[in-house]
Amino acid sequence: MARNISANKKNSILVLGALLSWFGIWSTLQIMILQDFGISTSRAMADAVISNILMIAVCLLVINNMRYYLPKREKYWYSIFVSIALSGLWLLLMRVSLWGLFKNDTAYMLSLSQTALIRYIIAFLMIGCCTVLSLLWYTQKEQQADSLRKQDMERLAREAELHKLRQQLQPHFLFNSLNSISALTGSQPEKARHMIQQLSDFLRGTLKKEEQQWTSFAEELQYLQLYLEIEKVRFGYRLQTNIQCEEEATQMRLPSMLLQPLVENAIKFGLYDTIGEVIIFITAKKVNNQLQVQVQNPFDETTAAPLKGTGFGLSSIRRRLFLLFGRHDLLQIKKDNQQFITIINIPQLNESNYN
Amino acid sequence: MKAIIIDDEPLARMMVKEYLQSYPHISIAAECNDGFEGIKAIQQHQPDLIFLDIQMPKINGFEMLELIDHPPLVIFTTAFEEYAIKAFDTHAADYLLKPFSKERFDKAMLKLQLQKVNSTQATVDLALQTNLHTNRIVVKDNGKIKIIPVAQVQYLEAADDYVKIFTPDGIFLKKKTMQHFEDSLPSQEFIRTHRSYIINAQLITRIQPHEKDSHLVLLTTGARLPVSKAGYARLKEVLGI
Repeated sequence: MARNISANKKNSILVLGALLSWFGIWSTLQIMILQDFGISTSRAMADAVISNILMIAVCLLVINNMRYYLPKREKYWYSIFVSIALSGLWLLLMRVSLWGLFKNDTAYMLSLSQTALIRYIIAFLMIGCCTVLSLLWYTQKEQQADSLRKQDMERLAREAELHKLRQQLQPHFLFNSLNSISALTGSQPEKARHMIQQLSDFLRGTLKKEEQQWTSFAEELQYLQLYLEIEKVRFGYRLQTNIQCEEEATQMRLPSMLLQPLVENAIKFGLYDTIGEVIIFITAKKVNNQLQVQVQNPFDETTAAPLKGTGFGLSSIRRRLFLLFGRHDLLQIKKDNQQFITIINIPQLNESNYN
Repeated sequence: MKAIIIDDEPLARMMVKEYLQSYPHISIAAECNDGFEGIKAIQQHQPDLIFLDIQMPKINGFEMLELIDHPPLVIFTTAFEEYAIKAFDTHAADYLLKPFSKERFDKAMLKLQLQKVNSTQATVDLALQTNLHTNRIVVKDNGKIKIIPVAQVQYLEAADDYVKIFTPDGIFLKKKTMQHFEDSLPSQEFIRTHRSYIINAQLITRIQPHEKDSHLVLLTTGARLPVSKAGYARLKEVLGI
């Protein structure tokens, strides 16, 4: 706010300075021209000062008016009309004031009448210039404010969307896990307690991660393993996992909760599209200074329900990657020999870009 | 009384088994991991009652029921809370929302004893109306189960009590009405062009006049199918012509 005020002040000084120097130069010029026509110096000076003070007043009127009313359509007609009208007004005011002062000097009054047309044309050009300039100036200012507002809106929308994308936790998972715990309490209370522990840790992780945007792969992996352990209790022997992670990948950074929906997807496809044992492979490595994570699950090409391609889980990940990095090529999908492979590349940003 | 438990999660089956211990007159004939095993077990044991999960590998619980000619009584056990549940609720068909308590389970069993449950057929129809899976059609083909993604369906033709489903892999029969398919298939992709035909709009290559008031539609597969007056109006609406 404070900056805006001082900027406004600076602008006003600038405009006033421009008008004053214009006044100075133009008055000098006018005095010289009038002297050439044989009008005495004192008359010429009075004439120049009065006509140019009036000119400044008219210009200030135009500028001030434009601040409150900016024509949207027919801008140019508006400028021309305003210039014609105000030039007329200016001429009238000037002649009336000069007539009041020098009505007895008939020679001077005659020359005033003779130069009326040229004075009018010059005034028209000046006021026209002033109108067009201030029109441009205020239009530009308005556009600046508009684009600022638009940027703000986009940023807010993006944050909201990211928040939503991060938050998608399947309620099915939760209820089915609770059901498993319920089943275990009768016969294997120790196991039930252990699963409650795991589920709590997982949920706590979810809550914590909603706040932070970035995390290390090691941390994300720990969280994923928790999720996988719970799913293994649910599905028993059917679900197995194979996780391979290069040492240097562990400290690389990625958006938090990015991989969980990916693995969730893999489990969903793996377990619901095939019958029998399912192995989910997760590998992480450093490729071209990017973190590359690959998730692989078996699937059945002939029945994979969404022939539409990606399914909701993957499209939301793709959207999130685009919002964060502005790129569409970070998520790739391969279908190979009854295996569905998802490869995700995460560029590493400078330290200062993480928040 | 014979019962079968069909659920892909072992612990969920264990839970039902445990609750069933207080019903000595009910014997558990089989436990199944998925719908395929379920169909086999039902044919083999002819149970009076099944406990059925909805989300299961390959085919879901509803699709499995569709493939059984005379389904037994069904108690759904599911964590699904979507539309289906609402429909069940209002029609008082039996479902147990996971995780469920012994009390809730006992209530379901009591209802069963009092014969107050809706017929299974009504339950299934209801579930299908509320729409869980219209992106594929499950049919029986020479005793095998075939899953047809709807995008592969070229057109449907009425054939008495059945509907013929034309796909690149051949023609399949399903005991349903045309109305059922008209309601359940995505309306922007499938158009009822005639009393006896529903066509996949993606495959239309030409529509040409034929006799008075009627048209013919040509598909990329080479099929030439009649279009009725009302069908032509629907066609124009969907295709925006």
